[in-house]
Amino acid sequence: MTKNIMIVGVGGQGTLLTSRILGGLMEDAGYDVKISEVHGMAQRGGSVVTFVRYGEKVAEPIVEEGQADVLIAFERLEALRYAHFLKKDGVLIVNDQRIDPMPVVTGAATYPENIIEDLKKQYTVYDIDAMDEAKKLGNSRVFNNIVLGMAARHMDFTKDQWLAVIEKKVPPKTIEINKEAFLAGYGRE
Amino acid sequence: MLGNAAIARGAWEAGVKVSSAYPGTPSTEISENIVNYKEIYAEWAPNEAVAAEVAIGASLAGTRALASMKLVGLNVASDAMYTAAYIGVNGGLVVVVADDPGLYSSQNEQDTRLVARSAHIPVLEPSDSQEAKDFTKLAYEISEKYDTPVFLRTTTRLAHSQGTVELCDRVEIEDKPYERDVAHNVMMPGNAKKRHIFVEQRENQMKKDACDFEINRVEMGDTKIGFITSGIAYQYVKEVCPEASVLKLGMVYPLPEQLIKDFAAKVDRLIIFEELEPFFETEIKSWGIKCEGKELFTLQGEYSANMLREKILGQKVEVKPSQVTARPPILCPGCPHRSTFYVLKKLGIHASGDIGCYTLGAVAPLSVVDTTVCMGASIAVLHGMEKAKGSEWTKNWVAVIGDSTFMHTGIISLENMAYNQSKGTVIIMDNSTTGMTGHQDHAATGKTLDGTVVPAISIYKVCKALGIENVVEVNAFDTAELERVVKEETSRDALSVIIACAPCALLKGQKFPNKVKALSDKCKKCGACLRPGCPAVTKTEDGKIKIDETMCNGCGLCASLCKFEALEKYEV
Repeated sequence: MTKNIMIVGVGGQGTLLTSRILGGLMEDAGYDVKISEVHGMAQRGGSVVTFVRYGEKVAEPIVEEGQADVLIAFERLEALRYAHFLKKDGVLIVNDQRIDPMPVVTGAATYPENIIEDLKKQYTVYDIDAMDEAKKLGNSRVFNNIVLGMAARHMDFTKDQWLAVIEKKVPPKTIEINKEAFLAGYGRE
Repeated sequence: MLGNAAIARGAWEAGVKVSSAYPGTPSTEISENIVNYKEIYAEWAPNEAVAAEVAIGASLAGTRALASMKLVGLNVASDAMYTAAYIGVNGGLVVVVADDPGLYSSQNEQDTRLVARSAHIPVLEPSDSQEAKDFTKLAYEISEKYDTPVFLRTTTRLAHSQGTVELCDRVEIEDKPYERDVAHNVMMPGNAKKRHIFVEQRENQMKKDACDFEINRVEMGDTKIGFITSGIAYQYVKEVCPEASVLKLGMVYPLPEQLIKDFAAKVDRLIIFEELEPFFETEIKSWGIKCEGKELFTLQGEYSANMLREKILGQKVEVKPSQVTARPPILCPGCPHRSTFYVLKKLGIHASGDIGCYTLGAVAPLSVVDTTVCMGASIAVLHGMEKAKGSEWTKNWVAVIGDSTFMHTGIISLENMAYNQSKGTVIIMDNSTTGMTGHQDHAATGKTLDGTVVPAISIYKVCKALGIENVVEVNAFDTAELERVVKEETSRDALSVIIACAPCALLKGQKFPNKVKALSDKCKKCGACLRPGCPAVTKTEDGKIKIDETMCNGCGLCASLCKFEALEKYEV
């Protein structure tokens, strides 16, 4: 059975690295994996989405509406934008961070209130202020792996499998802090 | 492995010796991967025409060669490719062209197969990373067997998807001997007439042989519905209708006529599932075969499995997307283009725009760029306006173009302005890199694709050499000086070039020593710092300014606009 994972966020937040960690994990576990990424203009502060699919044999590389088992959102508004991609029993992991899109900055639009509360009425949602946690660890850039650690609780891989792939995929100098970040998220209920 | 990485690997395994390209999403990573294979000479060319010609030269010399480009890059290279189709090859010649259905990072949604048909160049189209590698190798065999250049067509989804790939060793191909052959290699009318006959014969032969190509594969299943499809669209068919009969085309031009006719005769209902133009459909219908295609599926954007679920299985996919505020792409915090656009906006200037990150100068709150056509067009468009309406009309206009785009084709348009005595101001926004595609070097950065340091071509001296008297270099972040220079040059009744320099904020090693923080007790809520539209500068609930410290790159533009000292630089 093919499993579908999505990572959404704002261009520059590191969705690519996270998808490559996920892809590496599943490949190491012996699955057929397809990942679909976004490069180019949309990466410049726009809304970005990356798809990861794994199973015995994967055909299409994208996840479509109503098909995602796990949706990892690095920003609240992006969680709202893509929540309808979740299956009925899918899980949403959301980083409780607000990044104003330009129409909000210029006053042409407003940033919605109570996004996470509203999403909780419809979906199974786990939220965390990963930016705050990451600052406590001393490096705000590792927030992605805190969110990923939380998501890992809802996927079928062992903690050691995760740590092994993080070690392979992040820059050598940042292995320890990234592992620490992952464990901080993994330990959260 | 990324689709583009697989193509690079395929070229290496096929024994390719020379690769040339100009960066363009979604083809850029081919060269960025190829450069890691030391057996291949790989370069960034100033544009796609040069890249194609370099590959043609390497092929004629007897080695296997590759050029790669995005869809619109082929327009630039098409002059070379139309005639390369007549000349044929010595060593195998493959040109990768990446189409962009869905317009992720392009200015149109053209379909390379149509160019291929009019140029009489065969096209292979892989449907995943493994095929991307395998088809690249096969393309060289076809190229040499049929004496033709071959297009390898990909799409954004394929180029930027990762899948498992089985690796093989490189096969060292002995160089083909070079022999002077004017009838074959010099395309003047008398020779070209003869080669045109060959081109037609070659294509007819390939049409026949294509019926036996393994990459044109019939997968017979339930005969109620039969699909003809290719590329990534094939994967959607397999996802939704795994039981259906499928004719998967690996060579999408020329089409295997007899194979298609036989397949059509075996199925009750024939569906053509192809992204973009009705390319298969039009030709198949012209043979009198009944099929359905664009009456079911759109010309536009990417296809999906859900489209098939809805149109073929009659399953309406019930989803309720929330109405969410759009998040369009924006210039990064610390981007020097923002500073330049801020000054232009303040002076009420319109810009004829170009292709690069600075196309984003068209959107609010900057709203400076009025037009964007294609690579290098900004300068010629301004010139056309000046010739149409006179220099008084274009007084409050400038052309804006990046350094890489200037070196690509802008340089020729500037030559035209100088030659035809145009009056107008061209701003070269020099951020020392090809920004949008992810930081590739070019002739004016002083580094080659493999990182070798070489003498950088001076854009200043190039402009001077064109005979332009007024060429001024300004630091893009010095808004006061930039404002003064723009006023001076636009009021001049002559041709001027302003080079607004400052490196891309994301460039490796480029870091401002400071960040900026907001002192809320001093903030008077005047909004001056919000005008450049930096995403790191926003308002708190009480209307005062806050700076997102994780986003701020410390360029200080916002602080320079605050009259109340409410924004303060601090060292990091």
